[in-house]
Amino acid sequence: MEDSAAKPTHAFRIETAGGISRAGAVGVLLLALALLPVFAGRNLIQDLIFLFYMLALAQCWNLLAGYAGLISVGQQAFVGLGGYLLFALTLLGGLDPLLAILLAGLVSGLFALPTALIVFRLRGAYFAIGTWVVAEVYRLVFAQFKPLGGGTGTSLGPSVTSAVPGIEWVKTLLDIRTPAARDIISYWMALALMAGTLALVYLVLRSRRGLALGAIRDNEAAAAGLGIDIYRVKLAIYVATAAMTGAIGALVYLQKARISPDAAFSVLDWTAYVIFIVVIGGIGTIEGPVIGAIVFYLMQRYLADFGSWYLILLGMLGIAVMLFAPKGLWGLVAERYGLTLFPTRRRLVIRQRDSDRGV
Amino acid sequence: MTAWLDVLIQGVMLGGLYALFAAGLSLMFGVMRLVNLAHGDLIVLAAFAILVIAGKLGLDPFVAVSVAIPILFIIGFALQRVLLNRTLGGDLLSPLLVTFGLSIIIQNGLLEIFSADSQRLRSGAIETASIPLGGGIAVGVVPLLTLISAVAVILFLNLIFYRSPIGRAFRATSDDLEVAQLMGIDINRTFATAMGLAFVVVTIAALYLGLRANFDPTIGPARLLYAFEAVIIGGLGSFWGTLAGGIVLGLAQTIGARIDPEWQILAGHLAFLVVLAIRPRGLFPRAQD
Repeated sequence: MEDSAAKPTHAFRIETAGGISRAGAVGVLLLALALLPVFAGRNLIQDLIFLFYMLALAQCWNLLAGYAGLISVGQQAFVGLGGYLLFALTLLGGLDPLLAILLAGLVSGLFALPTALIVFRLRGAYFAIGTWVVAEVYRLVFAQFKPLGGGTGTSLGPSVTSAVPGIEWVKTLLDIRTPAARDIISYWMALALMAGTLALVYLVLRSRRGLALGAIRDNEAAAAGLGIDIYRVKLAIYVATAAMTGAIGALVYLQKARISPDAAFSVLDWTAYVIFIVVIGGIGTIEGPVIGAIVFYLMQRYLADFGSWYLILLGMLGIAVMLFAPKGLWGLVAERYGLTLFPTRRRLVIRQRDSDRGV
Repeated sequence: MTAWLDVLIQGVMLGGLYALFAAGLSLMFGVMRLVNLAHGDLIVLAAFAILVIAGKLGLDPFVAVSVAIPILFIIGFALQRVLLNRTLGGDLLSPLLVTFGLSIIIQNGLLEIFSADSQRLRSGAIETASIPLGGGIAVGVVPLLTLISAVAVILFLNLIFYRSPIGRAFRATSDDLEVAQLMGIDINRTFATAMGLAFVVVTIAALYLGLRANFDPTIGPARLLYAFEAVIIGGLGSFWGTLAGGIVLGLAQTIGARIDPEWQILAGHLAFLVVLAIRPRGLFPRAQD
């Protein structure tokens, strides 16, 4: 008798929801998006490139701020760094643009290490402004770098932008001109980077480290008490998101083919917009930035002509969401209908032991 | 030798301006732990307020500022009471985001009303007047007034904090929010008063910003960074530390500019990062974060 009392009366396991049907649906959606250029016009493709890289940037920032609690206002440092690395590697180093994008991501991650050593000395809100100062330092340093045009910047010639592998193949396959083929290759790269970022965030959150991240997000002191090395987890996330952000920046500037310090390190384009996407959609969820990016894309498309008024509206919307619906649009939907598209939450499943049943 | 002495003097004077930028930020952090990302834009907003008042009433900026101060106090009080108080007490994201949104709204609102043209506060002969110190060195009257005002503002803030009932309330809420409430302090009102006071400091800073150089709606964020750097270099929680931080930053920028004019801003940022690497709590720390 004592023996059975010592044993737990319930067998239980911890699982995350998921399933083959959902993975299949994501696969079908990705395939459809990949085949889209065959049917779609060039304008739509260009719009989607923009949507994809904003979404990828938003996922990175969401992982950083929503899960690791590192609210950075300086991610433009890595967008600009990635862009400049792409220009340096292709224009000065003569590398293949595709390889340059990957290298730009790696090197951005390397730069993030010493950067973290300094900005991690600041906590909370001070960390936020500290990252901004670092981004300004990057901007001012690149403005001094004369081989890439200094303060006025420089352009990529067609010899580089057309050197991306696959352009000739797409040209003959779809019977189109070089600029259109270039857009399609950029579109695929943006899609791959976006899907890769999404997959990485998803896998990180479902891993052991993701559990640690969730614990840090919920209560940092308690997480430390459970033996989580908070500094290391945060450093790893900071470096990983910097690398991804750098690769996205490289792709953005391959597509733009023109770079200048003020544009590449713009706090509005690469951080303010990204923060609004995450907050309006719902911070701390994977679904939120997806919703936010679509809302932002629609606003950008239909309201951007209003210039200052558009930005004022965006600012007000951000404030309103923060005050009245801090979980964002996705939070409103998910709370009401109990929906989740990317299951990262752990559930306790309790099964009664056979011996207790029907005896 | 004289040239470098001149650089030192100009650097200290510039530091006075940065200390004025920083004093308001330091006050907001000290009382309500609020880090205001719109701080630089608020300084620019106040500069436009002085410009409009001086223009419409035909006043000298030094007189117009005394009209602007009570108006900005009320705006600050109301902003804290209506908007910012709602963001405090929870996580960090809320105040950061709301002030970031505010920054974008103020910048673009000013752009819409005043366009992107550079403006300047005009005060006649005093703008270019200088006092010769001998040996070929002279001190501009406006930079000197800036430094004197910075010292006066910090004396005044210390007087309020340590010698007045509202200062006692400021310190109490800063030390322990819950106990302060138990002692009968209305924190919403205390915070609103602190923000009003911070706006008074912001308005004084705006006067010298507009007298010393051109300004336009987009220069706010850079002023926020200078203010923030001065606060961190000086160490949290001490107004005199903030003054010292402003002077360190001013010196770094002036020395950088002396070596190469393009290095002015970069030298200031690098000085900040060096201080952060060597003394992460600043030169004269007081508060525990």
